[in-house]
This record gives sequence, C-alpha cells and structure tokens, in this order.
Amino acid sequence: MTVSPSPWRWLLGRLVLAIPVVAGVTTLTFVLIHLAPGDPIIALAGDGGSPAYYREMHAKYGLDRSVPEQFVRYVASVARGDFGYSFMFQLPVLRLLLDHVAASLVLGFAALAIGVSVGFGAGALCAISRSRVLDAAVRSAASLAYAAPVFWTGQLLILIAAAKLGWLPAGGMTSARETFTGVAWFGDVAAHLMLPALTLSLPLAALVANVSRAAVVDGLHDSYVRAMYARGLSRTRVVVRHVIPNAAVPVATLIGQHAAEIVAGAALTESLFGWPGVGYLVLHASLHRDYPLVTAAFIVISSAVVFFNGLTDAVVAWLDPRMRLT
Amino acid sequence: MTQQALRSIGRLPARALAGAMLLAAMVVVALSAASLASTDPFSVAGPALAAPGGPHPFGTDDLGRDVYAGVIHGAWSSLLVGFASATCATLIGLAVGGLAGIRGGMVDHSLMRATELAQAIPRFFLVVMVVSLFGGHLWLIIAVIALTAWPSTARIFRAQVLVTLGRDFVVAARASGSSDLGILLRHVLPITMAVVAAQVASQVGAAILAEAGLSFLGLGDPTVMSWGALLGAAHQTISEAWWIAVFPGVALTLTVLACNLLADALLRDR
Repeated sequence: MTVSPSPWRWLLGRLVLAIPVVAGVTTLTFVLIHLAPGDPIIALAGDGGSPAYYREMHAKYGLDRSVPEQFVRYVASVARGDFGYSFMFQLPVLRLLLDHVAASLVLGFAALAIGVSVGFGAGALCAISRSRVLDAAVRSAASLAYAAPVFWTGQLLILIAAAKLGWLPAGGMTSARETFTGVAWFGDVAAHLMLPALTLSLPLAALVANVSRAAVVDGLHDSYVRAMYARGLSRTRVVVRHVIPNAAVPVATLIGQHAAEIVAGAALTESLFGWPGVGYLVLHASLHRDYPLVTAAFIVISSAVVFFNGLTDAVVAWLDPRMRLT
Repeated sequence: MTQQALRSIGRLPARALAGAMLLAAMVVVALSAASLASTDPFSVAGPALAAPGGPHPFGTDDLGRDVYAGVIHGAWSSLLVGFASATCATLIGLAVGGLAGIRGGMVDHSLMRATELAQAIPRFFLVVMVVSLFGGHLWLIIAVIALTAWPSTARIFRAQVLVTLGRDFVVAARASGSSDLGILLRHVLPITMAVVAAQVASQVGAAILAEAGLSFLGLGDPTVMSWGALLGAAHQTISEAWWIAVFPGVALTLTVLACNLLADALLRDR
C-alpha cells in the first residue's frame, strides 16, 4: 500500500520538472539574441553616434565581454526578473508584463468557463441522448470551430454582433467616450469582454465537446455503471453522480495538453480586439522589433505554460486520486 | 492492384474522403494559381472596396487589390508552409524516434529528454520572437515551425519501434543480419505508415494556422500573398467590406478542416 504524498510536496515535485524547460528556453533566447543580425545598441540609440559613444554603450550594457560571461550575466538577470527596458515604452519590461497580466487572466478565465461549460454540456448531451442527428450536428460544429482561426471567427462576430446589430462593442476593454465608475464600470468591461471571450471559447468548446462525448460514452458502458444499474440506482443518479464527474478527468488533462495553443489563441484574440493583455502587448511590441520585451515575454510565457500544465495536473490529481501516485 | 486501391478508397469514411478531396482541390488551386488568377494580388486592380461581382468575384480591398487573386495566390504560400514544415518535422521526428527506440539506453534517455524539452516550447511565441529578431522570411517561418513540430512524431514512432522490436519477424530480420536502419525502414515504418500520415496531416493544418496567425499580425513574409495577411488587412474595414474577411477565412478554415478530417480518419482507420 502506497501512502499518498502530501499535496504540497507533490506540487513542488511538479515545479521542479519545470526547471529544465525554463533553463532551456532562457538559453535558446540568449543564443537567438546573439545570432540576430544588427547591433542592439544601434537598434536602441540609432546609428548617428561617434565610435567612442558606441564603445561606451557596449561597455555599459556588457556587450564588450566574452560570450560565456554575457550568458552568465543574462541568466543572472533573468533569474532576478530583470529583463531590461522596453524600447517602445521606455519602462521596465517586467513591470509592463505585470501590468497586463490581469486583463489576460480575465479573458482567459472567461473563455475557459464558457468553452468548458458549453463543450462539456454539448458532449455529454450527445453521449446521453444517443441521438444521431444531434451527434452529427455537434461533431460537425466542433470540427468547424476547431479548424477556424480565432482571428477569423472573431472578425465574423465583430461583423455580426458589433457592426451590423450594434449589440456589443467591437474592441478595447472600456468605452472611450464615457467613463464609468463602480457597478457601471464592471458592466462596461463585461460588455467589452463578451466578444473576445466568446471568440476564444469556440476552439476550446470544440476540443472539450469531442473529448467529453467520448469520455461519457465510455463511462456509460463501464462495468461499475452496469453494476449500479443492477443494484437499482436510477439512470439520472448514476449519470450525474458518477459518469459526469469521471468524464471531467480527461477534459482537464486535455486542457493542460493544449495550454500553449490556448495561450497563442488568447494572444491573437487580444490583438484582434485590442484587449490590453500580455498577448496584445507582446504582439504589438514584436511588430516594432522591441527585442527586450519580446524575448522576455517568450521566457515568461513559456514558464507560464509549464506552470499551467502543472496546474492542470494538480486539478487532475484532485479529480482522480489514482493519478497522485504516479 | 488498381481495383484493390479503388475498393480501399471506397471503404474510407465519408469524412476522410471529404477531407482528402478538399485538400487535393486546394493543392490543385495552389499549383495552378497563376492560370486561375492572372491578376497580380499585390497590384491595384480596380476601385477600393468594390463589392463582389463582375470583374472582381470576391470584391476588392481598401487599396483596390483583387481579393479573389489574393485568395488564390495565398493558397500557394499557406500550403507551401504547411507541407514543407510538416515534411521536415516528420523526417526529424522519424530519425529521433527511430534512433531512440532502436538504440535504447543512454541514447534513448537523452533523446527523449530533448524531445520533452522541445515539446514544452510554446511554438507560436517562438516564431514571433524569431521573426522579430531575424525578419519575416518564409523559409525561416517554415524552419521554426518544423523545429517545434517534430516531438510528437518522434514519441509516436519511438513507441511503435519499441512495440515492433519484440515481434518475431523483426527478431528474424535481426538474426539474418539486417541493420538497424534496414529494420526501421523495411519493418517498422510500413506498419506505422497510417499513424505517421495522420501526424503529417495534422501538422500541415497546425503549420498553416501558425503561419496565418503570424501574417495576420503583420509578421509574415511581406513578399508573398497569404490568407493571414488578407485577414489582417480586412480588420480595418470590416464594417464596410465583409468580403475581405469572409473569403480568405473560408479558404483557410476549409484547408485546416480538410487536414484535421484526414488526420482523424487515418488514426481511426487502423
């Protein structure tokens, strides 16, 4: 009999697994920065300075040192969370990223909530109803929603709900013409959140629908379910209390596996709708070749994806105690 | 032989057939782009924001460029990125997975750790970073997508190698002096063809989506027309000109859908 380890210890173990990924990503970023053409000082200060000025700037940023020495300095500054200054905003990169995290989290959680509930509902309904028509409809809709890129479905939603019907705002996080406070402010943000959250939730719902449908179908045929029927439990009770909670495990696993895709989709959605999250900031900065911001974002986002993977593992372990032992 | 082939095509599920035909049609469009749309997709071909119809079946954009020509020529760059990166990724994946599976031991261990590491890198942001450091060249985009797409193929192929190595015919081939490479190519690869092909199909779709996202943001290769770039340009005029967004989006979605349907069917049809 194995004793289940404490959840904190387990979570710590998962975080340790993230170290090689963060180290690898940091090294890769350093290598790419060094391979990139052009002098970073010219990118920063223009090419009109004197040779003495460039020498001074190279010394100031440590660019006159050997490559291994620069690497050590780079890793040390990344470990401190010091990613330098953004060219575009003239502000510390870390502060810029942190300023935009909240908006991304709001959008991400809203889309996850919509995507998981709609997808799970549709998938479970297909499995339970055994209706061929419903099944074909949901499967086709899911195939289409999964294939369509968010920056297209988002435009279609803008076209219909914002431009033609005028129901919802097409971009931004708050109204530019009026300033709201208190409850009205929340309402305003919620209205702006609707379209981007819906857009981002579509591929998620499609993924979740497919997996939850399969999981519920499997669950309904499982031997423990037949045993419960044999003991006289009602179908509703068996489905609601046993089959559906068990189907949540593969759904959580799936969301973890697709974390990187979801984050990329979120960034594109933010960019389309002008939602002021990390994705919007980074993609905007990449257009302006803001190296410090873009490279830092790559390291931070990679770490966030690994962290998110660990988080979904934790959810899976919470849902399914068997997983805690592995 | 032909009859057998035809019968096996007839047995394919309708979704797989639809996917294969759709993808084949897109390939034909991409290869014959120059004759299907003789207008240069970058040139001003008519009035700005002309509605679909007449000389411009898909309308024109805000600069008066023909959207139909853009969609047709865009097929070429999308499919090139899709197929080129999926092919490279598959070759790398087969090499890594095959080597790890057949050699075992330290080789296997270190290759698999490298594979896990590569799989954990968020592809889209890596491409964004590389493009903003080195510029948006089509070959560079293809290379980065290929270098992030191989891990899944490597893992699948390695698993297949391990399963197959214990089988009698492989033991017999070993005993009669076949080399590692011979065993991989002659005995393992043929029975994993469907899985590998499914992997290729889904990678083509994913690569097309990644490139489209990049071009949508304006980070793609500015010298080639692409569906993503058309969609990026459409955003500004969406309320006046729905056609600039609708047609390239339909082409993009159908192509990715075709890849996914095909991948799904190949995995299920084993």
